[in-house]
Amino acid sequence: MSEAATLEAVTIDSEGDFSYPEEYAHDAGVGLSEETIDYISNVKGEADWIREFRKKALKTFESKPNPTHWASKDLDNIKFENIRYYLSKGQKPTRSWDEVPDDVKQTFERLGIPEKERKFLAGVEAQFDSEAAYSNIKVELEKDGVIFVNSTEGLREHPELFRKWFGKVIPTGDNKYSALNSAVFSGGSFIYVPPGVKVTHPLQAYFRINAENFGQFERTLIIVDEGAEVTYMEGCTAPKFETATLHSAVVELVAMDNAKIQYITVQNWSNNVFNLVTKRGIAHENAEIRWIDCNIGSRLTMKYPGVIMKGRKARGEVISIALANDGQHQDTGAKMVHAADETTSNVVSKSISVGQGRSTYRGLVHIPKHLKGCKNNTECDALLINSNSRTDTYPAISVRGNQHATQHEASVSQVSEDQIFYMQQRGLSEAEAMSLSVNGFVNDLVREFPMEYSVELKRLIDLEMEGSVG
Amino acid sequence: MSESLKIDDLKATVEGHEIIKGLSLTVPKGEVHAIMGPNGSGKSTLAKILAGHEDYEVTGGSVTMDGDDLLEMDVDDRSRAGFFLAFQYPLEIPGVSNANFLRAARQARLPKGEEIDAVAFYKEMYAKMDELGMDRKFTGRSVNEGFSGGEKKRNEILQMMMLDPRYAVLDETDSGLDIDALKVVAKGVNAMRSPERGFLVITHYQRLLDYIVPDVVHVLFDGRIVKTGDKDLALKLEAEGYDWVKDEVLASA
Repeated sequence: MSEAATLEAVTIDSEGDFSYPEEYAHDAGVGLSEETIDYISNVKGEADWIREFRKKALKTFESKPNPTHWASKDLDNIKFENIRYYLSKGQKPTRSWDEVPDDVKQTFERLGIPEKERKFLAGVEAQFDSEAAYSNIKVELEKDGVIFVNSTEGLREHPELFRKWFGKVIPTGDNKYSALNSAVFSGGSFIYVPPGVKVTHPLQAYFRINAENFGQFERTLIIVDEGAEVTYMEGCTAPKFETATLHSAVVELVAMDNAKIQYITVQNWSNNVFNLVTKRGIAHENAEIRWIDCNIGSRLTMKYPGVIMKGRKARGEVISIALANDGQHQDTGAKMVHAADETTSNVVSKSISVGQGRSTYRGLVHIPKHLKGCKNNTECDALLINSNSRTDTYPAISVRGNQHATQHEASVSQVSEDQIFYMQQRGLSEAEAMSLSVNGFVNDLVREFPMEYSVELKRLIDLEMEGSVG
Repeated sequence: MSESLKIDDLKATVEGHEIIKGLSLTVPKGEVHAIMGPNGSGKSTLAKILAGHEDYEVTGGSVTMDGDDLLEMDVDDRSRAGFFLAFQYPLEIPGVSNANFLRAARQARLPKGEEIDAVAFYKEMYAKMDELGMDRKFTGRSVNEGFSGGEKKRNEILQMMMLDPRYAVLDETDSGLDIDALKVVAKGVNAMRSPERGFLVITHYQRLLDYIVPDVVHVLFDGRIVKTGDKDLALKLEAEGYDWVKDEVLASA
């Protein structure tokens, strides 16, 4: 099929909304059972311990109820029996875009990935449904001993590193969806940065869902050794299907003494994706973990990146932006667990609710009694655009002992009709006016992002606002 | 037909109450008209209706701008077609810098795909800010946020200069201004008087008209224009108040 013909077959109203016909070599079928797991393990040729790990996780998943007592009842609408848990074209990730299958390559080209790689990235991994199609890092980094591969290859080639930390930051039973991921995970990145190596340009992963009724369960593990530094960025898109799609990732970060990890997410899911992701990092002595999390799109996102500050003077930071449009619920926040003296955490959350969109902030800050000199700062700002939208803030800050400093600020502001009227009187369309207000609201945070990503985020906000007015 | 902003027998309601009750007036291009009137006569309502505020429902009459039906257009279309309203209470837009706001407004006037020339834009903006005696630091500050009353009004005039409208309505631009700020604002407006532009200056007090001398003065009372004259009419209103106008209207009713 020519590219033009394929493109014509789909309507495009936002940049990620297109798909190519499904032709898969490996398809685990619909529904989840031990057989599904055997199928995945067989295709991947996995070691027995992984197969057992998966099967144990399946039991945990089955035994755990949906957390609807505190979270959205919408979770009950996920039909686990209708989901396809593994789809791949049988491709091995290549180091050359030329070897990537045509439709997959065209997908990533339309999303601009190869171009970004040339411009400013140190390495790229591109995942199409269950498996990576492309994976490459700059030769210099490889010489320094930096490992950047997909998790399947990481498990196979570097079991000694992988196994030591795999499932240690986020245990299988952490929540129902971390258990599900542990049972059926596929794809995701494995990164190891050796002591003292500072990766100056970002490494990027791109996760693309192409198939309907599909569940994407990538598993990412990043280990940054003593005094080393890395910035990792992930982008995600999916086309708009009629039925719900599930994305449930687990991301574990390990920052050894004096290491720095910056993890940046800019997701732009279509609004039928359930996005239920568990992300956590362990920061050892004087290490720093920083999550920058931009959540745009999806039907329901539940995501609370966390940092366990395990070593003295460790630092944790979560900077998040969530945009909930009509029919969307962004339930996001942060978890900061102080487990050593003189640890510092910072949470800045900005949420925007548009139309019927709903945003929720949940924060947890834990500072136990026996520690001293811990600091936390939490700021949550919400912006409402028009009166039907809703925002909730549930901060849980538990601080024991009297040698700590915590600070919490929250604000809710509104873009009034009169503000929109004022901007329109100057010639901006309603969508442009809303977009400008939203960009103004997140402006001080976006300034902290790498340039390329702040431009991308602005563009996504523009697209989302265009879609929100008739 | 000469070019003008023409309001003909306009009627409008807000929440079911009729506020504008058959108002007619014509501002030919090149002229400055003033509307004066007591509180509650409908002055600011008229300004908002002309701009297209959705709280007001037009129930009769017409408004045309150089022959085009203004009431048919969306708020932003009116602006891009050359209609400008200087607000009595300019809104604040947190996080959006003055420069970015103006740039977005100018960008909105370009055909799709065409990018604004940033260098020329800044040069022009700085020159106009100098004319208005505005400090350069205002380019980076959020639109109207934390501005004094005078600074906000000056900012309205800056926007008007940058957007170069065909017709501009100034809604009580003098309210809350001290005499020095008033002079600066008037200077900006006077610099923009041209055969290519019409002004409608809404004010409660005659003071502003000492500095922006109008060609025609209208008196608005109870949703209608009840008297029209030259600038001396404004002086008479200042000296004698509005009661004599009200009496005339009641006598003729």
